[in-house]
Amino acid sequence: MAEIRVEALRKTFGDFVAVRESSFTVEDGEFLVMLGPSGCGKTTTLRMIAGLELPSSGRILLGGEDVTMRRASARDIAFVFQLFALYPHMNVRRNIGFPLVAQGEPRAEITRRVEETARLLRIDHLLDRPVSGLAGGDRQRVALGRAIVRRPKCFLMDEPLGTLDAEFREMMVRELRELHNRIHATTVYVTHDQLEAMAMADKIAVMNHGVIEQFATPQEIYARPASMYVADFIGAPPMNFIRFDGTVMAGDRSVDVKGRAVAVPRQHEDAGPGPLALGVRPEHIRFDDAATLRGGVYAVEYLGTTQIVTVETPEGVLKARVAADAPVRVGESVGLALNAPRLSLFDAQSGRALRSDLYREEGRG
Amino acid sequence: MAEVGLRGLSKSFGGVAAVRDLTLTIADGEFVVLLGPTGAGKTTTLRLIAGIERADAGEITIGGVRVERLAPAARDVSFVFQQYSLYPHLSVRENLAFPLKAPGRNLSASAIDARVADVARMVRIDHKLDNRATRLSGGEMQRVAIGRALVRQPTVYLMDEPLSSLDAKLRAEMRVELKHIQSDLGATILYVTHDQTEAMTMADRIGILEAGRLVQIGSPRAIYEDPANLHVAARLGTPAINLLPPGLLPGDAPTAARTIGARTEHLSIRRAERGNGRIDWIEHLGDQNHLHILVGEHKLVALADPYVDLRSGDSVEIDLTRPLFFDDTGRRLA
Repeated sequence: MAEIRVEALRKTFGDFVAVRESSFTVEDGEFLVMLGPSGCGKTTTLRMIAGLELPSSGRILLGGEDVTMRRASARDIAFVFQLFALYPHMNVRRNIGFPLVAQGEPRAEITRRVEETARLLRIDHLLDRPVSGLAGGDRQRVALGRAIVRRPKCFLMDEPLGTLDAEFREMMVRELRELHNRIHATTVYVTHDQLEAMAMADKIAVMNHGVIEQFATPQEIYARPASMYVADFIGAPPMNFIRFDGTVMAGDRSVDVKGRAVAVPRQHEDAGPGPLALGVRPEHIRFDDAATLRGGVYAVEYLGTTQIVTVETPEGVLKARVAADAPVRVGESVGLALNAPRLSLFDAQSGRALRSDLYREEGRG
Repeated sequence: MAEVGLRGLSKSFGGVAAVRDLTLTIADGEFVVLLGPTGAGKTTTLRLIAGIERADAGEITIGGVRVERLAPAARDVSFVFQQYSLYPHLSVRENLAFPLKAPGRNLSASAIDARVADVARMVRIDHKLDNRATRLSGGEMQRVAIGRALVRQPTVYLMDEPLSSLDAKLRAEMRVELKHIQSDLGATILYVTHDQTEAMTMADRIGILEAGRLVQIGSPRAIYEDPANLHVAARLGTPAINLLPPGLLPGDAPTAARTIGARTEHLSIRRAERGNGRIDWIEHLGDQNHLHILVGEHKLVALADPYVDLRSGDSVEIDLTRPLFFDDTGRRLA
């Protein structure tokens, strides 16, 4: 296993800049998820690490070795696309062992490693069964087994769960992470699904137009998004924004939102006058009859553990996550209190988060 | 709008029962969601009501009138399919107006225009009325498809996973919109899906279908908090309910109990030396944490707030706060 280091990596296709000056390090044994919508450069970055695409400039180091110009086959990585592709005419044992056969490993070694891998994935009782009769979860495990049997330096995965339905995906997300907890393989995983990213990653790189907007732990990205783009991409429902024109001075503990003073974490920099946005996660909005911010309940979505309440306010539509047993009805008027220490402020023009007491803790996770 | 009644409805295909003895009343203005996996009989039920399939046995009434012998067109239902089936050569406006121009409807051009404008606003496509249907995004196409169903004001809407082709974010928005439109119109909707979130968030009542049989029907809250059997308990809730053998965790269980169901929010967890469980790993989802816990050979998932001070490897004491008990057939014990 090994560390992956990416230095000033850049890739252009003609005039189109797919990846611009990316630098990051995936530590040995770490699970990195590259997250973003299609066309953000995440797959291109992954393909450059794999050696399937040559960078326009920059370097890639694998375990300290410069592999930038090395062919994919000489990099000792495993690339996993869709996890479902199995050889239908082979049994489980031969499917898992195939990469070792292709490498020309001795038979005894193949047997040993296939059995070890099958035990790791808890499918050792299925080794001599044909893959065609297997249940979906077991098929996926066989496909995973084939990827890990070589014990490469790192795993690169490109939306491996893309085609699965929601419930099955949730199960596989858990299995993938638990497998990672057992073998600690350095992994780079690409997806557009923020839930997959939050559930599995040690670190997430949120990408937008070829640029990494934030590189941090899931908790950090969720609690302290570096930009409005990140704040909106992460969370279901995503962060609410209250947009207003105003001014912020370093040291301020409240901002003037259209004539109403809203308490915020102590600010560390000046901004404005100009367009600003107050960012609040749905679980940091609480019903409070004394609150000056009021609105009408537009929708209530009961989710068992919590409920999402959509409220139409003069500041726009806000979504609050409240306890499942909170009594709330469509059409009623509610007051909304915001949890001041957890609020973000953004420069709405650039989208960048303003530094504050909340953001000062950055890096502590 | 009208009440829809199903009594003893059954349908088999080549000896395989798709719908078994289904009895269900959808009240006038009610939003009922049938929830079940592929093959549970959801779509067949809709097709029987629409008249696309003929039932082997049972009665179907719409607005108090028996309709089993009526042709689909005479039943006055509106069907929204999973795949938006728009007329590609027509504009959004023409697609929406199409059902109103059917022979025998005799609506004036101005009445049609007014109705189309109303519905377009409702499904938020009014800014694209003159676009070709093919020049729309997937979400917009599906909004047009739903709009085309709404434009007609039939007695009942039948919807077959209409949101499943949308991406997660749009689906979440459309859930809220559809529910809102339904309550504004007072529309009667029978909606089928395998997505529990859609069922939980939109339905007045959820009907759980299993192998063609209706195993429970009730409000989302009733079904979630008070499931009739193991199947229903496992069908709702993300992450799924923990199913444990009696005796694994402290607490009394009825003697007939073979399985204890513990929802992820119904486990109390505290750090304790030599506790009955150990934190395997923690999933940080932002608004909440999922604790993956090992109790002997058993894996549990528990919900925790994101600021909880626990780490993987910690020994913890776990207690059940609201256990559900099931007997050896999976039936819920009181």
